[in-house]
Amino acid sequence: MKPAIEVKKLSKKYTISHQKNGGYITLRDSITNFFRFNRKKAITKEQFWALKDINFKVNPGEVLGVIGHNGAGKSTLLKILSQITPPSHGEITIHGSVGSLLEVGTGFHPELTGRENIFLNGAILGMKKKEIIKKFDEIVAFAGIEKFLDTPVKRYSSGMYVRLAFSVAAHMEPDILIIDEVLAVGDIEFQKKCLGKMDEITKKDGRTIVFVSHNMGAVMQLCNRVILLEKGTVVMDGEPQAVIQYYVKSLQTAKSDSISFDALDRKGKGNIQLSGVTFTDEKNAIVANGTSGQQLNVVLNYSSKKTKAMPYPYRIGVAFYDMYGQALFNCSTEVASTDKSDIDLDGTITCVIPQLPLSQGDYSLTFFLEVDGEIEDWVQGALTLPVINGDFFKTGKVSPEGWEGRAVLVPHYWILH
Amino acid sequence: MHEHTTTIRPKKLFSFSDLKEIWDYRELLYFFSWRDLKVRYKQTFVGVLWAIFQPFITMVVFSVFFGQLAKIPSDGVPYPIFVYVGLLFWQFFSGSLSDTSNSLITNQAIVTKIYFPRLVLPISSVVTQCVDFIIGTVILIGLMFYYGYTPHLIGLLILPLLLIITFLASVGLGLFLASINVKYRDVRYVLPFFIQMLLFVTPVIYPAGIAGKYSWVLALNPMMGVIQSARAALLGTTVLNWELIGISLAATFALTIFGIYMFKKTERYFADII
Repeated sequence: MKPAIEVKKLSKKYTISHQKNGGYITLRDSITNFFRFNRKKAITKEQFWALKDINFKVNPGEVLGVIGHNGAGKSTLLKILSQITPPSHGEITIHGSVGSLLEVGTGFHPELTGRENIFLNGAILGMKKKEIIKKFDEIVAFAGIEKFLDTPVKRYSSGMYVRLAFSVAAHMEPDILIIDEVLAVGDIEFQKKCLGKMDEITKKDGRTIVFVSHNMGAVMQLCNRVILLEKGTVVMDGEPQAVIQYYVKSLQTAKSDSISFDALDRKGKGNIQLSGVTFTDEKNAIVANGTSGQQLNVVLNYSSKKTKAMPYPYRIGVAFYDMYGQALFNCSTEVASTDKSDIDLDGTITCVIPQLPLSQGDYSLTFFLEVDGEIEDWVQGALTLPVINGDFFKTGKVSPEGWEGRAVLVPHYWILH
Repeated sequence: MHEHTTTIRPKKLFSFSDLKEIWDYRELLYFFSWRDLKVRYKQTFVGVLWAIFQPFITMVVFSVFFGQLAKIPSDGVPYPIFVYVGLLFWQFFSGSLSDTSNSLITNQAIVTKIYFPRLVLPISSVVTQCVDFIIGTVILIGLMFYYGYTPHLIGLLILPLLLIITFLASVGLGLFLASINVKYRDVRYVLPFFIQMLLFVTPVIYPAGIAGKYSWVLALNPMMGVIQSARAALLGTTVLNWELIGISLAATFALTIFGIYMFKKTERYFADII
């Protein structure tokens, strides 16, 4: 049997231009750069291999999951597979028609009605007009927007918008489907419906799917094979269970030193600044991620050009957000500390969270520092903290599926008799 | 499963299968044009009538200032109809040129997320302009009735050729500008200025004869041949100058080939640099 997708020695190189004053490169910069004779160029270039010598085959009917850290090359691989960008070396042979879904609702126009957008989006996704007409009712029913068919989509709620967009996409019928993180949208009910629909497509029609996701639950449920990318190369390829376990373990053991805040955008007076953060566990060993139900210490470093101490009253805090920008909770000295002495500026400040109440997923952290009622430093979205599943409830079970990256776990118990 | 093999390799330049591919994507081309037309006059009061008002008002203003007050010669035909023929073709050309040049930028979200032959976008923006052209001809027909002009047969037959030249000239130049625009947004600022300058070297408001012995230089601008021939064909201002049409055609072909070459050369990297 011919493989559906055959990737041979695939590499992709990006040339990153660094311009001294930052921002866009204009025609003038290129021209002046061309006429510059000395070696000090205003535009410096750096090469970066997003993918390096990737080889794999996907058989017809296989559902391949692609996982890896941010920047491991997952998106680049998808972009090459969907022909949006060409590879630098190597080649891919694909047998069968391809549909790619890097985003739901590509090309949706806010001024057009739901009905009009179904046709437009369908055409952009490569469906024929006849095909769209045939499936029109099914698409509308799946999205559940019958009443709003002739309303411009700019008046839709975001939920309706996403449902309609996904519904069009779910009715594509290519032999090979390439999907990026699109399931990270919509409400949980609809996400389940989408997973169900995708499951149905693959099991019944034997379609080949390449699926990239951070949602390990979805990968586990859908895929029958997973490859793990790291720094542009395939480091593991095999059974979902084994690869996901290996990946989660690598998250746990990856040691990282203090994460610096120096390059980040921040607000505040800046007399005293937070300079970085380190995460440690209950044994004070450095960790790169949190674990549900385990202790997490957030160790903050700070510095000042002007003073030697931070005088009371101060307020130091760290706030946790999900990746959709929803605030989850916030830890602050204001409410949780009774210490009223000044702080010397040669140590660290540690926030201890005895049982991290977050389910598996990525979270965004914001840090703030306030002295005498005035903001000294406020670093919004300073970093992303990955959290992995742990035994929060001491029952040997983990947070229910569908809540990844979006739930605060609350200690509780049940009296049932 | 029907056999359909795709090979993805490092950049290739033009091949004839690209033309077949555009044919395969003709429905998408149609949908893009359809979208632009639908969206254009949404939330406007008079809607599609704008397509008539614009050239009509321009014609009136030009007739008053250039025809009545400045007394610009018009090859012996009434100035309103003289300038309207020029304007009709000019607006088709300048509208297409500016839309094609910006087509990739305005559809950036789609270009970076999905594959389709990129040529579909600029071509569809010209198709959209074609519709405005057709609507604009309604006024021309009215004017011809009013002033009592009947075009002769050969005149009507040559019109499609003139349209094709305008189409190709705007696509050719537009493709070139579009591919620069992807990387250098300077084009967006230069373009309105550039189009305005072009208007003055094209005989829209004045007859082509005004340049005297230097008119052959102006002939390199394909729009000169188009507008002069359109006037000759519809209004009988001059005899049809086949030599001029030939020069226009040649210049247009050169422009189109150059435009496609530049576009194809940069096409595959649009998503990376846009």
